[in-house]
Amino acid sequence: MNGGSVIIAHAPLFAVAVIFLLGLSILFFKRNLIKILMGITLIEAAINLFLVSTGYRMDAIAPIFTNAPEGAVMALPTVQALTLTSIVIGVASSAMMLSFVMLIYRHYKTTNVNRIRGMKG
Amino acid sequence: MMSTLQQHAPALLIAIPLFAAFSMPLVGKNPGFRKMWTIVLMTLTSLTGLMLACSVFRDGSIVYVFGAADASQALAEGSGFPIRIMFTIDAMSALMTIIIAILAFAVTLYSLAADGGHSGLEGFYSLLFLMVAGALGMVNTGDLFNFFVFLEVASLSGAALAAFRIDKGVAVEAGLKYALISGLGGLSVLVAIGLLYSQYNALNIAELAARIQFTRLDMIAFVLLAVPLAMKCGAVPMHFWTPDTYAAAPSSVTAFLVVTSQASLYALFRICFTLFGDPAAINIAVFGWFIVALGVLSMFVGVTMAIPQKDVKRLMAYHAISQTGYMLLGVGVGLAVLGNAKALGDYGMTSMSGGLFHIINHAIYKGLLFLTAGAVFYRIGTRNLNRMGGLGHTMPVTMICFIAGALAIAGIPPFNGFASKLLIYESVFAFNPFIAIVAMLVSILTLASFVKVFHSMFMGPRQPDHGEVREAPRPMVIGMALLAVLVILFGLIPTAVVESIIRPAAEALLDRAGYIATVLGGP
Amino acid sequence: MDVTTTLETGYGAWSPLVWLAAFAVTMVIALLIRSTGESRYKKDSNQTKPFISGNEAPQDAYHIRAGNLYWGYLEALKGYYQKLVPLHTGIMTDYVLWMFGVVAIMLLIGLSI
Repeated sequence: MNGGSVIIAHAPLFAVAVIFLLGLSILFFKRNLIKILMGITLIEAAINLFLVSTGYRMDAIAPIFTNAPEGAVMALPTVQALTLTSIVIGVASSAMMLSFVMLIYRHYKTTNVNRIRGMKG
Repeated sequence: MMSTLQQHAPALLIAIPLFAAFSMPLVGKNPGFRKMWTIVLMTLTSLTGLMLACSVFRDGSIVYVFGAADASQALAEGSGFPIRIMFTIDAMSALMTIIIAILAFAVTLYSLAADGGHSGLEGFYSLLFLMVAGALGMVNTGDLFNFFVFLEVASLSGAALAAFRIDKGVAVEAGLKYALISGLGGLSVLVAIGLLYSQYNALNIAELAARIQFTRLDMIAFVLLAVPLAMKCGAVPMHFWTPDTYAAAPSSVTAFLVVTSQASLYALFRICFTLFGDPAAINIAVFGWFIVALGVLSMFVGVTMAIPQKDVKRLMAYHAISQTGYMLLGVGVGLAVLGNAKALGDYGMTSMSGGLFHIINHAIYKGLLFLTAGAVFYRIGTRNLNRMGGLGHTMPVTMICFIAGALAIAGIPPFNGFASKLLIYESVFAFNPFIAIVAMLVSILTLASFVKVFHSMFMGPRQPDHGEVREAPRPMVIGMALLAVLVILFGLIPTAVVESIIRPAAEALLDRAGYIATVLGGP
Repeated sequence: MDVTTTLETGYGAWSPLVWLAAFAVTMVIALLIRSTGESRYKKDSNQTKPFISGNEAPQDAYHIRAGNLYWGYLEALKGYYQKLVPLHTGIMTDYVLWMFGVVAIMLLIGLSI
């Protein structure tokens, strides 16, 4: 592998790092709950991308046996299955947390995390 | 018929609560039928769990492979490789299953009376069953990704239940805190799973344990697994969500949250001992000291934060943190001396037994205490200790149950907390005398704090504003009495409990090779 | 299983039944001693009133509420509590920061061994 293809091969991981850091910085520096949830969704997206990118095998095809070429190497689609599951879980938790934010806004009249502290100490 | 049922008990253990959860919205409109449906299905779940645990203690570990023609055939045909999702139930998993089964049954009985006045109850019980399914799955699964799924099932349903009583937004805030931090913890676990899978092409815990090379990536994976799980069980300094969530959730849900955090504790131990616990390959004592440090911090900070609290459930939540510290300490000592066979035989094994015994004791007496707090809240409508008093005149059974729980948590003989704490004190003293002294000090402070709760709740003359209070309704009393009897029973026959379920569990946790061989076969 | 056996802790032993027997014997002795005392208890006399340093007891609110208990303990450990309690900010992103902080520390430790 020459220098260029190393970069290409690791491009998904660079993308993962960038998206993950974006999400993390939102989590650290933003105070609005909706934005914080966006940050979490970004982190989730980064992790899903990471999972999928670990499943890539050079010169392998998807394991669909119908009309598969003779002697082709098939990739085991475990991580793709994992990613689908984790996307579903992510959607469920985002939906739930957004509905919580809605209820919090209705009662507290704010989405600023610094002011949502009915319990402390 | 019976043997088929017995063979598929691991599947039923998840299938029954899932069926209950998804049928509840369809059939649960009618309150009478909903109650019956809930109690029947929860009894079935608990019985299946107890039966399964008994057969594990009698006949050894069980492997149950989902979707295979022969459910006990762990390796896929022709590949020599465990590819399907499976449950690997050894004595440690069985111990946790017993805890969950007992508590789920008692709390459900209680919940039928305590939460009866709300609307949307079919959703409530649906989520409650999902949470039980999640916790049972977490402790029995032999597959790391499957564990993540069950972790998320338990977290999501727990967060939704914590927010169930909206309570001017405070409960929703608690639910959001729980959802946010356990969501991020779950993502961290997922990254660790990705790291492990990308190196070893396996998700099965036994397969991973057999192949693991302890590379730097594995160390990162360990941290990303262990820290969120420690957070989920409420270890200081990641405990902040615990008092908020436990206090705002309905009491029955709080007792279930205690159970799920103990399931996380189980997972933490499983990761440390089975997946990474090879003293020949890494310096395992560092991990052991990490757990011990978390334990000591949790014990001390938890109890000192509990003393000034004014909200009774918040106070008890801080005690839950403090008691989790004892379990972390007990098992952490075992992990720290894992590489030293002499120390392990001298005190490590006793310490681990103490830690594991404390898990079951804690689940019972802490569940009981949360239920008594809930019974008081049910009758007087406040959790503020400053507004309570004189309830001993009107709620004597609740008071007796509370006394049993409070003495047990403070480690007063002959209640169950004493037996496990004694095992921890004596073995930890051999490990490090200073830590043992801290542990005893924490027990004293625990007693002090519960004396305060007892005095302000039950003592004193009848209060004019609580003049018309009556004893809690009968199903609540039965749920509490069941747990109180167990508190006393486990205190009176500690030897029988330790010898029959605790020590096998501790041995199973230490027997890394045995766990691997259960799945992969071998010597 | 013999439930009367004692729980061996490696350095000591604990037998709840022996403890219960000792407890019962102690209670019997205590009751015997108590029964030798004089019975001068009278209902509805000054004996049944709460004693508050010789002051006139208030008629209604003489239950000491939770907030007043352990005042001395909290006062003595004021320095500790003034540092500890404000850490529990109640802000959920702080909770997350604490978790990431522990992850960071553990990564440093885990990668250095």
